Amino acid sequence: MQMKDKFGIKLGMWLFLYTEIMLFGALFLLYAAYYKKYTANFAESAQELNLVFGTVNTVILITSSFTVAASITAIHNKARKLAIALLATSSTLGIIFLINKYFEWSHKIHAGIYLNSDILTNGPFGSNIFFSLYYLITGLHGLHVFIGIMLLIVCGIMVAQKRIVPGNYVFLENVGLYWHLVDLIWIFVFPLFYLVI
Amino acid sequence: MNHVSFFDEPHPHHTGVLSWLHTYDHKRIGLLYLFSILFWFFTAVAFGLTIRTELMSAGRTIMGAETYNALFTLHGVIMIFLFIIPAVPAILGNFIMPIQIGAKDVFFPRLNLLSWYLYVGGSLFAIASLFANGPPDTGWTFYVPFSTTTQTNVSLTVTAAFILGMSSMLTGINFITTVHRLRHREMGWMQIPLFTWTLYATAWVQLLATPILAMTLALILFERIFGAGLFDPYKGGDPLLYQHLFWIYSHPAVYIMILPGMGIISEIIPVFSRKSIFGYKTIVASSMAIAIVGSLVWAHHMFVSGMSDVAIFVFSLLTFLVAIPSAIKVFSWVSTMYKGSIVMAPPLFLALCFIYLFSTGGLTGLVLGAAGTDIHLHDTHFVVAHFHFTMFGGAAFAFFAGLHYWWPKIFGRMYNFSAAYLASGMLTLGFMVHYTLMFVLGMWGMPRRYYDYLPQFEAANFWAGIGAYVMVAGIVLMFINLFLSLKFGKQASGDPWGGTTLEWQTPSPPPLKNFIATPVIAHYPYDFRHIPPGQDADER
Amino acid sequence: MMTTKLSHTGPLSYGRLLLVLGCLYILTGITVFSSQVDLGAFNIWVILLIASIKASLVLLFFMHLKYEPPLLKRTFIATIFILAIFISFMFWDVAFRQAL
Repeated sequence: MQMKDKFGIKLGMWLFLYTEIMLFGALFLLYAAYYKKYTANFAESAQELNLVFGTVNTVILITSSFTVAASITAIHNKARKLAIALLATSSTLGIIFLINKYFEWSHKIHAGIYLNSDILTNGPFGSNIFFSLYYLITGLHGLHVFIGIMLLIVCGIMVAQKRIVPGNYVFLENVGLYWHLVDLIWIFVFPLFYLVI
Repeated sequence: MNHVSFFDEPHPHHTGVLSWLHTYDHKRIGLLYLFSILFWFFTAVAFGLTIRTELMSAGRTIMGAETYNALFTLHGVIMIFLFIIPAVPAILGNFIMPIQIGAKDVFFPRLNLLSWYLYVGGSLFAIASLFANGPPDTGWTFYVPFSTTTQTNVSLTVTAAFILGMSSMLTGINFITTVHRLRHREMGWMQIPLFTWTLYATAWVQLLATPILAMTLALILFERIFGAGLFDPYKGGDPLLYQHLFWIYSHPAVYIMILPGMGIISEIIPVFSRKSIFGYKTIVASSMAIAIVGSLVWAHHMFVSGMSDVAIFVFSLLTFLVAIPSAIKVFSWVSTMYKGSIVMAPPLFLALCFIYLFSTGGLTGLVLGAAGTDIHLHDTHFVVAHFHFTMFGGAAFAFFAGLHYWWPKIFGRMYNFSAAYLASGMLTLGFMVHYTLMFVLGMWGMPRRYYDYLPQFEAANFWAGIGAYVMVAGIVLMFINLFLSLKFGKQASGDPWGGTTLEWQTPSPPPLKNFIATPVIAHYPYDFRHIPPGQDADER
Repeated sequence: MMTTKLSHTGPLSYGRLLLVLGCLYILTGITVFSSQVDLGAFNIWVILLIASIKASLVLLFFMHLKYEPPLLKRTFIATIFILAIFISFMFWDVAFRQAL
């Protein structure tokens, strides 16, 4: 029976991550072009986003990256229950992130700021583009967070069922990589939308 | 035969059609792709012939303008996304590449099967667009604002292309991992056959460029659904950004199309010259250079779009640079043949046609790459002729050459040479009449994608159409010949051509695990000193 | 190539991971603070720089890239490089548009 080529599997996962980087990269390209064009409007619009929510969400994702990385340390150290707890924590943090996002979005939608809304189409061009990109990028990012949460829950179950074990946790490592990518994207989304002034 | 070919090896759980639909074997997956890709190829050929028939006389010939628009859009979408981009990697790459590196399969066999299902799924979305509001009429480039506002089924078609893109990306992941991790122990990077090298370079482009297209297509959907205005000047958007995003993928895409084809030519020429390839390392470097530099030139599609003069200058300059590695390959192939011992066979014949047609296509690309001349020729039939010379005369001809080269390996049967020469000759002759006239028409000013034209263009369009019929007859004959060989062809040996790469060290068709005896890796992949010419190479 | 070794260091210790987390918190604080200070045209570059440092910490330590074989490091750099080319070459157009 052939030994699993763990590095090969890991390589495949990193290659997949590169496609995700390029996928979001296309949106960052659009952001870059429009930031150049509408710098002042972007800054004004950024003020209308809730800095507290944004910062809290950033802290949440960074922390969840830590807990995911720690869960791999845990499984390596044969601390199964700790690994499950850490994965549960990561998923919970992810869910809180999405709940925060839900509050942010509904607040904006109630204020009449949504895709193709009257306020946006009749307002400054830069604000329309800013918020269109905001919904698009955070929406796509949120979808990835959701998928990541599902994967983390699956990993938690697999650890509990001993299908992820100290001798073979490549699947967990790869899900971890995916989750860290979600964190990486947010690390750039946060300043570009909340901190430009 | 003292081995069981992969055709006859039973599947652990299924029989019949199900054993194909549930296969993880890269060889069967390659053939699944062959079947589905050829279906789409002939569909798009039929559309193309219909378009050219319409153009044979001025005014309405056999259809109205809306139908015409839909037909050239579908012809482009199908040919590009369903034929040329996948054909060589998914069919010949899947089948031959693992064998060439001494492996039993690709690294992720189940992902490989998923790639095929995504291909089929994407094509079903494309079919769906034929119904309800009809297929899109935007051209395969889906430029805004037309694509975001037209009532035809753009949404379905871009979704189809999105799904097809996922298939392409997975193939890229698979091939890169395979080349890195599954090569035979003794095969270093400088012993990898050139076909595999081009597949590797192509896989990187598939990996990194396709996601940009995926997002661009998603943005069209996004705009059609929400109308936020990201590309709408009335809402602050810049339509040129769409073009940038679109061509950032679609220009490297043409290198996805041509690079594996060039790899095929690099395999064929040495075998039929009985001489090692000239400049192996240079060809390797040029393959990677084409992939990299080809990713820097996309805005040469936008010279007349309204972008800045600085961009026009920069992209024109870079476009000239990318011609260099391609030309290096042509010099290498010709130098390989010089003082070689030429054995004529259909693969070589098609490869020679490729060299001529691709070179013509490439040179006319320089005419378009020079911004000054491009102003005159942009969106004329000159462009149509240029990309057909490169994509059809280049990539598709290389695909045909590869089919004729590896057909005996894949199926264990040899086809009729006379029929192959006749078909290839008709195809090439018809092609040259058909598309050379288009260069002339373009220079005279006939626009592309126009349903009708000025009366002075009628004669050239008529004779171009005649060329088209001869060309298509050649294609049909070619495939009839290939398929008849499955029933009536002589059985082929393991090495009918006298090749040096590893796929010729195994029986035809190969067994399930690809090799019977452990393959012997030569220090240099194209060493012909001790290889006898193939016994079948002289068959008539 | 075929003898690429797996990373010898296993996953990082909890202590190391916490240290990285601490740095990430601090950098987050710095970047939020920097956005309250008017640095003009430099603001965007400061926040992008800090984001890049945070991203590097996540990549190198949480994603273990520091301890992975060179292939992963090189291919990652190549990907970022290509994206940077796409964005910067787009600016040949967008940054030099002439007024009509």
